Amino acid sequence: MSKTSNKFILGLFDDEDVLLDGVKRVRGAGVNIHEVFTPFPVHGLEHALGYKRSRMPVAAFIFGATGTTLALTMMYYMMYFDWPMIIGGKDFAAFPDFIPVTFELTVLLASFGMVGTFFITNDLKPYKKPVIFDIRATDDRHVMAIELDKNSGKSYDELAEILSGSGAVEVKDKTFED
Amino acid sequence: MEVTSSLPKSAQPGDHHPVTSSVRDPLVTGGKTIKDVTEDVCIRVEGAPTKGWMMGMTLALTALGIGGYAVARLLWDGIGMWGLNKTIGWAWDITNFVWWVGIGHAGTLISAVLLLFRQKWRTSINRAAEAMTIFAVICALLFPVLHMGRPWVGAYWALPLPNTFGSLWVNFNSPLLWDVFAISTYFSVSLVFWYIGLVPDFATIRDRAKGTISKAVYGALSLGWNGSARAWMHYESVSLILAGLATPLVLSVHTIVSFDFATSVIPGWHTTIFPPYFVAGAIFSGFAMVLTLMIITRKVYKLEDYITLTHIELMNIVIMVTGSIVGVAYITEFFIAWYSGVEAEGYTFINRATGPYAWAYWSMMTCNVFSPQMFWSRKLRRNIYFTFFISIVVNIGMWFERFVIIVTSLHRDWIPSSWAYFTPTVYDMGLYLFTFGLFFTLFLLFAKFFPVVNMAEVKSVLKSTSGTIKED
Repeated sequence: MSKTSNKFILGLFDDEDVLLDGVKRVRGAGVNIHEVFTPFPVHGLEHALGYKRSRMPVAAFIFGATGTTLALTMMYYMMYFDWPMIIGGKDFAAFPDFIPVTFELTVLLASFGMVGTFFITNDLKPYKKPVIFDIRATDDRHVMAIELDKNSGKSYDELAEILSGSGAVEVKDKTFED
Repeated sequence: MEVTSSLPKSAQPGDHHPVTSSVRDPLVTGGKTIKDVTEDVCIRVEGAPTKGWMMGMTLALTALGIGGYAVARLLWDGIGMWGLNKTIGWAWDITNFVWWVGIGHAGTLISAVLLLFRQKWRTSINRAAEAMTIFAVICALLFPVLHMGRPWVGAYWALPLPNTFGSLWVNFNSPLLWDVFAISTYFSVSLVFWYIGLVPDFATIRDRAKGTISKAVYGALSLGWNGSARAWMHYESVSLILAGLATPLVLSVHTIVSFDFATSVIPGWHTTIFPPYFVAGAIFSGFAMVLTLMIITRKVYKLEDYITLTHIELMNIVIMVTGSIVGVAYITEFFIAWYSGVEAEGYTFINRATGPYAWAYWSMMTCNVFSPQMFWSRKLRRNIYFTFFISIVVNIGMWFERFVIIVTSLHRDWIPSSWAYFTPTVYDMGLYLFTFGLFFTLFLLFAKFFPVVNMAEVKSVLKSTSGTIKED
């Protein structure tokens, strides 16, 4: 996540349903939410925030199809073109015998490709320094971060009031040093 | 602007009434809050190892050491150290391989199949079950690798690489090669699935870590996770698809393992019932091993509020159902052997029940068919001690099942002059002991340094399924 601005106002929630409702209220008040951080997946949060659906299934399909193609091409090349041999009286191009390996390679490439895409999309990598707004976001608090610069129409106090009115149990600010 | 909420009254700001079910048992008891979940799980990772853990580790390392000697002799002298003979060319090695792979199945089943079926009770046990899968598959992999005689070359000969003898390739018609692909895919996909689930929990531990080493290690493992809604959205999508991919994978792996036998022409092996029968047996033994491990872990780590009697009862029901499927499979095999009219097939089955290996056959029948039927009684399936006892009985029974299938089918082949009897040597036993040592060493390391309960997922089901939510 890029830090386009340094000053944020944070609303901390202690209940996932209140948070969902809070997100709707805050957005309804015309406030632009930077991001919400939660200790566990909250169903429906992405819809409430207006995010587009995850395209991970597309990545999985593309990599899976690559796996299928790779497996079949490899086996037909090896067993039919490069070194044809009669084994147990079977055809050189014994399609039914190729099914297990084809299936496994499809699953293998789909899984690894998708997970790789997931890591790249979310910029997850070893030793990456996480951008932490509030340390309790991995424990028991849902943290809604609002960028002050992106909401120049509203003062800090106004935003704090909207957050408390939406169910935040605590409102605080956070500044990132460059 | 006024926003009207479509949520129930309980979700209004300021209210903290729990949404609980009046018809389902709570999955987390003891009125735990979200904070309690973090504390209860992290305390094990952060604290010093307990006395019980040290004792367990000592035992596991002893088994690893003694078994290690058997492995060293095996590598030095070759598989002549084993009790195999001209007739019985496969015995404990393949028995143990199939047994360990089977044990590995419950982990993926719990995390993948139950995720697809929206079974929330999986959340408390999926982490440990997946760990069990990984370690069991590592133990299983050792057998085919070590039996190669020269595993340092054998391991890559199994891969489709151009070799030095000319452009000769591996045989894609062979079920043994399908195994190479099936097991390695299963292992790596299970590992990735497990790791993805661990990332958010590693982040929780990282944010609580005080020591320099733990900060660095969990910082590296958590990949910079901060729990953003966008990341969770992708995470949930990835988990669901991985579950969708892993579900047929579970079925395919044991189906392919059963092809090792089913595509041959040995009486007792050449049957179409093997794939479903092996899969049911794998789930059966896998759940038994999960119970063995979880009953100990919940006691030692005081996780009774997370792994409740309801969890144990549900697992016992799975054991009862799969045990019954396995029982039906045994009877079906007998019926088909008679109904097919194939003399050799009929003889094999009568020989299994009455021949020199009748002791193994009846051990298998007692452990696998009769014992799980006790779980029809609700009182027994909610009894911890009885469950623990049956879980071990089932594991012994499933080992005998593999042994019976493999050794009894081989020991009397078509020519009576070559009939033989298999007796394991101390090196057969040593290698088996080695895998036990390895399995428990890895599991104990996992239990100490990794969160044994999936915190993020338990937190997500806490509100809707726990008895009460404490007020702040």
